[in-house]
Parts: sequence; structure tokens; C-alpha cells
Amino acid sequence: MTIELNFTINEKKITLKTEPNRRLLDILRQELNLTGTKEGCAIGECGACTVVMNGKAVNSCLVLAPQINGAEILTVEGLEKDQRLHFLQENFLKHGAVQCGFCTPGMLMSAYALLSKNPNPTEAEVKEAIAGNLCRCTGYKQIIDAILETEGDIK
Amino acid sequence: MKNFTYFQPENLKDAAKQLGNNWKDRLLIAGGTDLLGLMKHNLERPDVLINLKSIAGLEKIEYLPGKELRIGALTKITDIAEHPVIREKFTALAEAAGQVASPQLRNMGTIGGNICQRPRCWYYRGDFNCLRKGGDICFAVEGRNKFHCIIGGAPCFIVHPSDLAVALQALEAKLIIFSGKKSKSVAIKDFFVLPDADVYRENILKPNEIITEIHIPEPASGCQSGYLKFQEREVWDFATVSVGVSIKKNANFIETGLVVFGGVAPRPWIEQKISQALTGTILKENTISELTDICLQDAEPLEENKYKVVLAKNLLKNLLMRLNNI
Ligand SMILES: Cc1cc2nc3c(=O)[nH]c(=O)nc-3n(C[C@H](O)[C@H](O)[C@H](O)COP(=O)(O)OP(=O)(O)OC[C@H]3O[C@@H](n4cnc5c(N)ncnc54)[C@H](O)[C@@H]3O)c2cc1C
Ligand code: SF4
Ligand code: FES
Ligand code: FES
Repeated sequence: MTIELNFTINEKKITLKTEPNRRLLDILRQELNLTGTKEGCAIGECGACTVVMNGKAVNSCLVLAPQINGAEILTVEGLEKDQRLHFLQENFLKHGAVQCGFCTPGMLMSAYALLSKNPNPTEAEVKEAIAGNLCRCTGYKQIIDAILETEGDIK
Repeated sequence: MKNFTYFQPENLKDAAKQLGNNWKDRLLIAGGTDLLGLMKHNLERPDVLINLKSIAGLEKIEYLPGKELRIGALTKITDIAEHPVIREKFTALAEAAGQVASPQLRNMGTIGGNICQRPRCWYYRGDFNCLRKGGDICFAVEGRNKFHCIIGGAPCFIVHPSDLAVALQALEAKLIIFSGKKSKSVAIKDFFVLPDADVYRENILKPNEIITEIHIPEPASGCQSGYLKFQEREVWDFATVSVGVSIKKNANFIETGLVVFGGVAPRPWIEQKISQALTGTILKENTISELTDICLQDAEPLEENKYKVVLAKNLLKNLLMRLNNI
């Protein structure tokens, strides 16, 4: 069975045909060559695959292709504008929040989802927003500081 | 993941028709957060998935003041956690919802899927052909059983993993179930089953039945509820032990109370004795300690989980103190 999907990725409209047993993560990495989004555990435990779907952070490893029909999706590739890093990304660099970098795209997307709803989060709110994102390198403090510094209208 | 046909029913009748009469070939998908994990580990290998999201009207929160709260089965856990009326009047449910998994999972996961999620026993999720999967033995009896049940087990010792189910039991919710032609209403206490009644399934649902709504009666005036969860990892985790309580106060003393534990049994566990003992008491620190001492007296912990009895008592104590501002 093939199905046709229509959706928006990083403000670009996409139509493609695929099998229903593929995940959003596979569509991103294999069909659209958007390899910024990472696969860690594949069962919802690490957050490396986080993207923003219809304004909310989700694990793309647990979203089936047919579930994205009609959706608006933002991946880490969509943060950069005109070849300039988003200031959330700049703050990650400034605070040393990127070490091996594997968790970074997912962290950025969880942070982006938080900040677009709540431009001035408290530290507790930041911690809660990234509770589903595992980082083995930084000890989280640098990440939290980077997100806290990125205030205001992030769009 | 094995390939499958994806069916998008327009209404409940179509969906029920597509469902078969066994639990193997045809399954419902809501948010998919549990189902995809099960499929990845080959615990489920459906030929057909039936998408509940294509049916209109299953995602809603409706409050009928003085009567009840109605939550559509496809409502996202995030929306329940953040809903102002649920936070104010059905507090135990909002508190439980806010502590389910991670933000990403709460954004996809639905209340219906949360209630119907499968057990997290590591033998069940792993490569062991245990009783629940049709094998001959329960590996948890002689194996690692730190997170298994302390009451209501045998022959299988799972705990029910749902946070929402515990809160819904404390609030005495009803589930509206569509079975082919008509809908029925089932009290949540009659929904979950223990392994000695059915070792393969955690509830009474039949393969062609669909939960459509969850109804919670309006709490009487003077009612308060809450949910407290202990988890091993600081960030997301399933409950090691949790407790949901609702009490109705009259001036200083408790008129009625209901205490439900999670993480201790294969279903949300109603503590009858303590619920009865609450009636007529005035809650102070010492009376609370006496009360919590009588709970889980019939527990039969396994080798590695005796700690759960103490943990459950302490959680209950903390929650009762909080609800009484002590
Ligand atoms: C890493 C991780 C951590 C988690 N932590 C927690 C936690 O702390 N607390 C907690 O409570 N849960 C936890 N969960 C479970 C999670 O909350 C559930 O996976 C989620 O709520 C299921 O909802 P869903 O809509 O995604 O269900 P799905 O995966 O779509 O469905 C789950 C099951 O229910 C059936 N089903 C779904 N909807 C209906 C319906 N309306 N009628 C009949 N059957 C139906 C499906 O056929 C399927 O068998 C965790 C899950 C993961 C992956
Ligand atoms: S507790 Fe139940 S699910 Fe776990 S190994 Fe035993 S029979 Fe299987
Ligand atoms: S890869 Fe999706 S949560 Fe780990
Ligand atoms: S920087 Fe390495 S996992 Fe986070």
C-alpha cells in the first residue's frame, strides 16, 4: 500500500508517496535528506529525534508517516535563516552547550517549542521542556543557560 | 517495521467493522507512542492499522457545570494537564497528566491510548516468551522484580503503567465504549482486570471495541483531589509508586475519601480499608500516620520490591498532608 502525503516542512510545501510503515524520522532523513534530526533510541526515550509539529515538540521516531498528513513541521534545518544561525543556536555555541552535538538538534527544537509559547520561561519551565531530551556530555547546565538567555520573540 | 494497510475510517461504525475478533491482525492507533514501541519490538505485528484520528469529534474537553466533565478519547495528555477547569476541579487528573512521560510524549499521546497502553515489565517488552505472551512461566517470580507488583499479582506480576488511570479511578470516572453498534458506559473500577481473571489483557475491552469518551462526575462541594508520583529518574519515568486521592471535607473532618495506588498492582489499586477509615476522621499529622499504617496490609511483595509498601504509605501521608495544608 502506498499513500500520498501533503505537508509543510520548514515552510516548504511537500507532496510525496510512501509506505505507511515509515516514520516521520525516516521521511526526514531518507526522503528529504534533512539529516539534522538524529535517531537515538527509536522508542521515545532520548529526544534526539525531536521536531516541532503543529507548534509542539514531538518525537519523530514515534510518528507514523500517515500521521503527518496536513501537518506543519519545523526541523533544526528550519531555524537558520539566510545562512545565519538563529540566536537560539548562537546562544548554544556561546554557552558551550554543544559538545558531541548529537542531542543538540533535538534540544534546540524542544527549546524552540517552549520559547514560541512562553518567551520568558523560568529555569523550572526550561528544565521541564527539555525533560525528554537526553544529553550525555554537558550536564545540562550550559543548555539551560543558553535557553534562558534566548528571551523575547524568537520568530 | 513490517508493512501494513492503513485504514482511515470516517466514523466509529466503519472503524469497528474494520476491527476483527482477535488481538493480532487489526489494531487501533491513536497517538502511536506505545504502539510504535510495541511494533518495533515485534510484540505487535498488525496487518491493518485503523487510525482513530480520522474520526471527527473524538478530541474534545467539554465541561457541563454541575454535571460532569467529558473528555474525548483522542484528547492529548498535554491539553488535559493544561486545562484550567481540570486543574481547578479535577486536580488529581491534571496533576497526573502533567507527570506523564516527557513533553514530546504528552503532545502526541492521548488519554484513550494511555489507559490502554500495554505493560512495561522488562521480560514482556524483552525477548522472553512469558505467560502474558502465551508462554508457560512468569520470569519475574524468580528474576528481577524490583518494579513488579506487590498485590493482586499471580500468575503474572505486572504493574499497570498508566498515571491517568489512577487519577481517573480516584475521581470515579466512567468510560464510554463503542462496541460495533451501540455505546455502553463502564465504571472504571470494572474496566481493569487482574491476571487471575485474564493473563493476556489488562482490561475488559474486546478486540472490536473502542473507547470514545471518559466522563468524570462533578465533584461535590468540599471535594479535593490530588496525585503524587514517585519515580526513580529525575526527568521522565513511569511511576515506581503513585497515589491518587479524593476527599470530601465537611468543616474539619472527612466525610468520604477514596485512595488509589499506582505502581503496586496490575490495575489501579483501590484501598478499601483506608477509604473507609477516612470517613469521620479529622486529619492531623498523627491521625494521618495511624491511617496510612493500615494500608496495603495484604501485600505480598516479591524478593526485590518490599520497599514499595513503605513508599506507598509515605506517598499517601504526604498527599493527605498536602490536601489538608498540614
Ligand atoms: C518513553 C516513554 C515514557 C512513558 N512514560 C509514561 C508515564 O510516565 N506515565 C504514563 O502513564 N505513561 C507513560 N508512557 C506511556 C504513554 O503515556 C502512552 O504511550 C500514551 O499515553 C499512549 O497514548 P497513544 O495515544 O500514543 O496510544 P497508542 O500508542 O496509539 O495506543 C496504545 C494502545 O491503546 C490502544 N488504543 C488507543 N486508543 C484507543 C481507544 N480509544 N480505544 C481502544 N483502544 C485504544 C491501541 O490499539 C494500542 O494498543 C510512556 C511512554 C514512553 C514511550
Ligand atoms: S510479570 Fe507478567 S508480563 Fe512480566 S514476565 Fe511475568 S508474566 Fe510476563
Ligand atoms: S530516537 Fe526518538 S526519542 Fe530517541
Ligand atoms: S552534547 Fe553530546 S549528547 Fe549532548
